[in-house]
Amino acid sequence: MNWISNFVRPKINSLFSRREVPENLWSKCDDCGTMLFHRELSENLNVCTSCGHHMALPPRERFAALFDGGIFTEIKVPRPLADPLHFRDQKKYPDRMRAAQKATNEAEAMLAAEGEMGGTPIVAAAQDFRFMGGSMGMYVGNAIIAAAERAVKLGRPLILFSAAGGARMQEGILSLMQMPRSTVAVEMLKEAGLPYIVVLTHPTTGGVTASYAMLGDVQIAEPNALICFAGPRVIEQTIREKLPEGFQRAEYLLDHGMLDRVTHRLELRDELITITRMLMNQPPAVRGTLPAPDPAALAEAAVTPVAADAAVAPDQGESRGGKAAPDARTPEKGKKDEAGAKPAKSAGSGK
Amino acid sequence: MHYLEFEKPLAEIEGKASELRAMAAANKEMDVSAEAAALDKKSADMLRDLYKDLSPWRKCLVARHPDRPHCKDYIEALFTEYTPLAGDRNFADDHAVMGGLARLDDRPVMVIGQEKGFDTKTRIERNFGMARPEGYRKAIRLMELADRFNIPVVTLVDTPGAYPGKGAEERGQSEAIARATQKCLQIGVPLVSVIIGEGGSGGAVAFATANRLAMLEHSVYSVISPEGCASILWKDAEKMREAAESLRLTAQDLRKLGVIDRIIDEPLGGAQRDRAAAIEAVGRTLSAMLKELDGKDRAGLIAHRRQKFLDMGSTGLAA
Ligand SMILES: [Zn+2]
Repeated sequence: MNWISNFVRPKINSLFSRREVPENLWSKCDDCGTMLFHRELSENLNVCTSCGHHMALPPRERFAALFDGGIFTEIKVPRPLADPLHFRDQKKYPDRMRAAQKATNEAEAMLAAEGEMGGTPIVAAAQDFRFMGGSMGMYVGNAIIAAAERAVKLGRPLILFSAAGGARMQEGILSLMQMPRSTVAVEMLKEAGLPYIVVLTHPTTGGVTASYAMLGDVQIAEPNALICFAGPRVIEQTIREKLPEGFQRAEYLLDHGMLDRVTHRLELRDELITITRMLMNQPPAVRGTLPAPDPAALAEAAVTPVAADAAVAPDQGESRGGKAAPDARTPEKGKKDEAGAKPAKSAGSGK
Repeated sequence: MHYLEFEKPLAEIEGKASELRAMAAANKEMDVSAEAAALDKKSADMLRDLYKDLSPWRKCLVARHPDRPHCKDYIEALFTEYTPLAGDRNFADDHAVMGGLARLDDRPVMVIGQEKGFDTKTRIERNFGMARPEGYRKAIRLMELADRFNIPVVTLVDTPGAYPGKGAEERGQSEAIARATQKCLQIGVPLVSVIIGEGGSGGAVAFATANRLAMLEHSVYSVISPEGCASILWKDAEKMREAAESLRLTAQDLRKLGVIDRIIDEPLGGAQRDRAAAIEAVGRTLSAMLKELDGKDRAGLIAHRRQKFLDMGSTGLAA
């Protein structure tokens, strides 16, 4: 044993690693296999810079990019019983739970928060696929209910990002009961006249898809996300035939009328701002990073929603179809692309 | 009589007894009454022992027993003036879902249930009780109709699960299930439900999100089949006994968990051994559950259903 290898080397390594690891870490794209520079990938919200493949985005990172200045307040979620069924498979449920908590540094598979998005007050909830496959158990149900109750109390829209393999089997029937429980939360929003927008991310399957993830007023999916009730393997085993290319992917669902939109992650925030502000009858967002808007256009925009007859509004929405916001009412024409490139920083100031 | 695997010893004794009686019938000189009676007693004791403490896995097998009364049997025996109403007005009529207007104790109700079929032909027709989106959408339509005319809804649940097929997915299986569950929560009329056999996952929830939910003694209600759970968590579908144990899918455990309100006793040896008695017991329970909800107004019924599900699961097995 020599002094250099036992003492100096680790010291040097730790000196380097502290600074170098975040810089030097490369991750491989799940899809095209390109090695991607970690920081670049994370700045691109985990969308492959080479092929555009959307990789999982943990809730905290998603919220950091979604809320203005990355600032949000977590909504307290009532803790359910730790192991209601005393479930035992090859591992004990509490052990699986601890392992997931350690790996993710999160309490459970859903994060709920409130804050502003483009100056628009919202409540958001996001499912964490890293945490036991995002599976829906009592906690996830509680989080959705807590988020909906908070949204109702504050009179804000709820935006929910789904990602789950389905039910938390270790909670047995109680995980199944989250289908009606989460639907009660959706009903609360509906009754309060508040928008409920679902963003389906890869993958959203099983009981999650068959409850709150399919009940949005507006249904948006990220590109190529797998969205289904029964998984492709189960179906192939049942019908004994090969499934078509792209089956159960976001674009396929869009084609079959099951979604409103498929939207690239880097354009999502702007789109959510546009949609929520219209549904909430608010004037268009003003982007602080851009030159001051033409006062005349702004005045017109501010007046329009108030003057607009409720019966007219849906027509306007229809006719615009997929073509999205920028028009006469949005003063910053063409800013969409610019904002899209750096979503984490775009759309700063209040209205 | 169809015997389940664990009933094989019973099959032997019952077989012997009937053989003996057949022999005696052919030969008038033979007196087998004492011997046959002994065999009868033996088989009766064995039946009692077998069913006294059925394991969760055995309950799954009983719940799937082909001779168990199905939705159609209950509708025909318990309701009068049953008038089937078909179709989702959109794509098709799903034969896995039966439904229509009928009278229970002379009172008009909307009865909706999953029907598995009783022989090869009808099983295929009924798709083994696995509904497609149009089945859930038919149920939604019937619930809406009942709601508009202030008619209580009765659902009978018996399904392995929603059908996992290509067309079903394309036509929005998940959305259909989600909307059916939502409709259960929205209607301002009493909704009572009985799980008569298999309550398979989301396909069952879409019918069973009720003010009152009962289960037959040997029926099951689960987030996933024990075989499916075993192949995912144990990576071995043969571990279904362990999975059935862990999942707490029996009526007895679900009552403890507060997921169901009542357990309906089955005849000794399961509903398949005395179908008429099982059907009658379900009928009594349906009437009783509807009666409990009498006098609740529309808002009260909706609020009751919501609160029931919001509270669910907070006490675990201690409930
Ligand atoms: Zn790539």
